[in-house]
Amino acid sequence: MIKNKINYSHRKYVIGSIFILVAVILLIKLFIIQIVDDSYKQSSDNNTLRYITQYPSRGKIYDRNGKLLVYNDAVYDLMIIPSQAKNIDTAAFCKLLNISNQVYNNNLKKAKKYSNITPSIFISQITKEEYGRIAEVLYNYPGFYFQTRSIRQYPMPIAAHTLGSIGEVTKPEMERDSYYKLGDYIGKSGIEKYYEKELRGKKGMKITVVDVHNREKERFMNGEYDTLPEPGKDIILGLDADLQAYGEYLMAGKTGSIVAIEPTTGQILAMVSSPTYDPNELVGRTRGTRYSELLNDPDKPLINRAISGTYPPGSTFKMINGLISLQSGVITANTAYTCYGPNSVPIKCTHYHSSPVRLYDAIENSCNPYFWYAFQDMMNSKRFGSQREGFKFWYDNVTSFGLGRSFNSDIPFTVSGNIPKMEYYDKIYRGVWNAMTIRSLSIGQGEILVTPLQLANVAAAIGNEGYFYEPHYIKSFGSPDDSVSFEKHVIDIKQKHFKDVKKGMQSVFEGEHGTARMSAIPGITVGGKTGTAENPHGPDHSIFMAFAPVENPQIAIAVVVENAGFGSTWAAPIASLLIEKYIKGEVTRPNLEKRVLTLNQPEK
Amino acid sequence: MRSKNIVGRFDIWLLIIYLALVTIGLLSIYAAAYNEAHPHIYDLSQNYGKQLLFIGVSLVFGFAILLIDAKFFNAFAYVIYGLSILSLLLVLVVGSKISGSTSWIQFGPISFQPSELAKFGTALALAHYLGKLDTDISKLKTKLTAYGIVLLPMLLILAQGDAGSASVFIIFLLVLYREGMGGKILIIGLAAATLFILSLCVSKWYVIIGLVVLYAIFLLLINRTKKNIWLLTWILIASCAFVFSVDFAFHHVLKQHQQTRINIILGKEHDTKGVGYNLNQSMIAIGSGGFSGKGYLKGTMTKYNFVPEQHTDFIFCTVGEENGFVGCFAVIVLYLALVLRIIHLAERQRSTFSRIYGYAIACIFFFHFAINIGMTIGLVPVIGIPLPFLSYGGSSLLMFSMMLFVFLKQDANRMNIL
Repeated sequence: MIKNKINYSHRKYVIGSIFILVAVILLIKLFIIQIVDDSYKQSSDNNTLRYITQYPSRGKIYDRNGKLLVYNDAVYDLMIIPSQAKNIDTAAFCKLLNISNQVYNNNLKKAKKYSNITPSIFISQITKEEYGRIAEVLYNYPGFYFQTRSIRQYPMPIAAHTLGSIGEVTKPEMERDSYYKLGDYIGKSGIEKYYEKELRGKKGMKITVVDVHNREKERFMNGEYDTLPEPGKDIILGLDADLQAYGEYLMAGKTGSIVAIEPTTGQILAMVSSPTYDPNELVGRTRGTRYSELLNDPDKPLINRAISGTYPPGSTFKMINGLISLQSGVITANTAYTCYGPNSVPIKCTHYHSSPVRLYDAIENSCNPYFWYAFQDMMNSKRFGSQREGFKFWYDNVTSFGLGRSFNSDIPFTVSGNIPKMEYYDKIYRGVWNAMTIRSLSIGQGEILVTPLQLANVAAAIGNEGYFYEPHYIKSFGSPDDSVSFEKHVIDIKQKHFKDVKKGMQSVFEGEHGTARMSAIPGITVGGKTGTAENPHGPDHSIFMAFAPVENPQIAIAVVVENAGFGSTWAAPIASLLIEKYIKGEVTRPNLEKRVLTLNQPEK
Repeated sequence: MRSKNIVGRFDIWLLIIYLALVTIGLLSIYAAAYNEAHPHIYDLSQNYGKQLLFIGVSLVFGFAILLIDAKFFNAFAYVIYGLSILSLLLVLVVGSKISGSTSWIQFGPISFQPSELAKFGTALALAHYLGKLDTDISKLKTKLTAYGIVLLPMLLILAQGDAGSASVFIIFLLVLYREGMGGKILIIGLAAATLFILSLCVSKWYVIIGLVVLYAIFLLLINRTKKNIWLLTWILIASCAFVFSVDFAFHHVLKQHQQTRINIILGKEHDTKGVGYNLNQSMIAIGSGGFSGKGYLKGTMTKYNFVPEQHTDFIFCTVGEENGFVGCFAVIVLYLALVLRIIHLAERQRSTFSRIYGYAIACIFFFHFAINIGMTIGLVPVIGIPLPFLSYGGSSLLMFSMMLFVFLKQDANRMNIL
């Protein structure tokens, strides 16, 4: 012992006493809850507690006008607790359930393998009618009981990609979120996946006392330990169900997609990807087999082309180039360039029109040389000092339209497409390149790739004369206190330039030579632009983008029909019909509709 | 007397208690996750398989410690302490979030909780500092340094949002008390705890009125020298300030879920559906065990996953449900034996370092077991700290084992110290 320090070793008794005192307190409390207070115990050995998960009803999904898109229908899972399933009259039971003895044995074996004492599903998704018949006599079969579940039902067979589907949780999903237990459902794609947390609600638990005759006798401790399920939130989409259905009707037999956006909000009005499927097919007991059929279908109906298909925008890109040249100051709306038609160098003109052309005529006639000259002059402008700076100006403005990036909203897996970067050209041309080298950009070809969603968004931005909201599905949750908002983007280009471009786009419908004049809608002003995109996969894609009415757009739309040829032949009339349907509520041109329906996708 | 073999004459009782506790832990984790599809206890895809692996690793480390020179941990105390502080700082930068607090560092498949290391490091550093021959415990500077050694990791853990692990460091007060510091502090601590609970249970104004009444009574009773009156007045002012700051801290510093947990324990809120759910389920599980339990692997509450986090913080539920009061009694007696044995052995150490270190780990084990079990039976708020040697988890088991084995080594070597 070190000397000249006071010895405090008697304090070990204080500390030891504290230890013992605390241990005694713990033991007293344990004695109380384990032995004295018998409210925790089961009333009799013959009674067992049954824990029944109370599934909340999943939120319903409505369209913008309150039309029901997705609701729940009750089905019943027959549950089994193998350790309690004794003395079963197998023959009678099989007859009751309408199953063979072999199925009975297999299911029993499977349940036992999972657990002898934990309930598992014996037969899933029994219909209401069957349930009534079986439940009456189920008391004869101890260890079996029903658990209510709900499956998704779709009153209209539309919008499969947007709505998505639910399915049983996988092991990784259970590991990520302990809320889920084996056999639970979870949103697998689309709205169901993105809004899973809101839609699913919260599970509850009912504890009942079950007697030896498999009858639920009473609530355990008067339900004090039960938890109530909390229903999920309803969701109202920006989608217009009638427009969506009409879009799918027009696209039947074709490959491609349609995206319609409400420009003032960014809400998706319709999103069609063709070929598609009926969402009711991915419900219930048939989900598994049907899903793999769709997965292996060579036409790839599970892919949502509207957000993951990328296409060269072709002439629909000319408006952006026009706007950038206007904003750079190298041209005004009245600047005119000479077009030598098919003899133009370096890019030919494919349309016959008078020359020289100004912006409006150039858009109306989709004149390639005009946009090449405007692009070249912008790149060479003294204002930028160098072509690199010119390119940077071009790149920054193009990407401000939401191109070359994925969207940050409730639309999952949006693909970013491609807007080539300076570094890319430096690499492939080893630093030596100029406007001439990258001339294809001036007419929307070359390396540029956009998705139909991005294209529709560009139409919305032009229609709005310089701003757009991040495109999204949801309008609001069912209860008004949950508001949702998405980012507003303002494009750094003067509004008067947008007005000039819109005037040109209007003459695409109304002008003498307008490439979409055959698709003009009586009584509605429309601004649009055709595109015929050359692509390495076969015949040209037919592309069209538009907004209407020109003065205050209510709808902006993009249509892509793969390998169908000219934009004016297929995409433009489809867009035109949809705009009429949305604004007027009806279609007044049955002949045009009939012609559109005649195209059945040619062999690729 | 030199020891005869390289390991030394370590205390066999401590080792037996330790092995008994880890075995009970493993069996309980197995019972909690029991699944007939994976009946083998060494199945590495299941928690009990992993726990078996952790036990093996802990034993390897433990026996390695017995082979290391006993002076090692005294000499490297500050290094280990420094490392634990560094890892606490690191976790604030790169930590991953697990249930609300950022307290884990991820190395590939291994995740590690620096706060576990910090308990070990702090015990070593405190023992090393107070055990130095030239440390004069009566000096203010010594006291402040000792408090600093404890407070630094505590504050860093608090910054991670892990109030449970941070609260463990309070128990070092008992260690300092044993060394002659803070007899007053312990009394002040008890008074503070009483005031704390009172000011949360009843309105702070009643507490203040009560304090003033007490002040008046004492004033009448004591020898009214000027000094005593001043002292009493200062105590009154300090107490009132404390009550106000508790009130403020409760409503403005604690998070909503922490407030609710405390309110439930104090009986101010009755909530079986929301936050009280864990606690209620855990109490039903333990309560339903009765005198002798439902039998091993026969628990129903624990089987159906009604008790959340049952293999980690709520492992005691499994013991309570399946082995009843008898099982709980046995486990508590084992813990009591463990901590009493450690302080008994600590008292026979010649080196101050070993004695202080022994007290430090006894107190850490004590705090964990008292708070953890108290929490499962509704005596203290739900604080997420593990039950030593029983709870599932690699880093906590390894650190608790190392703490114990370092002490075993110190004890085995005690005769070699002059």
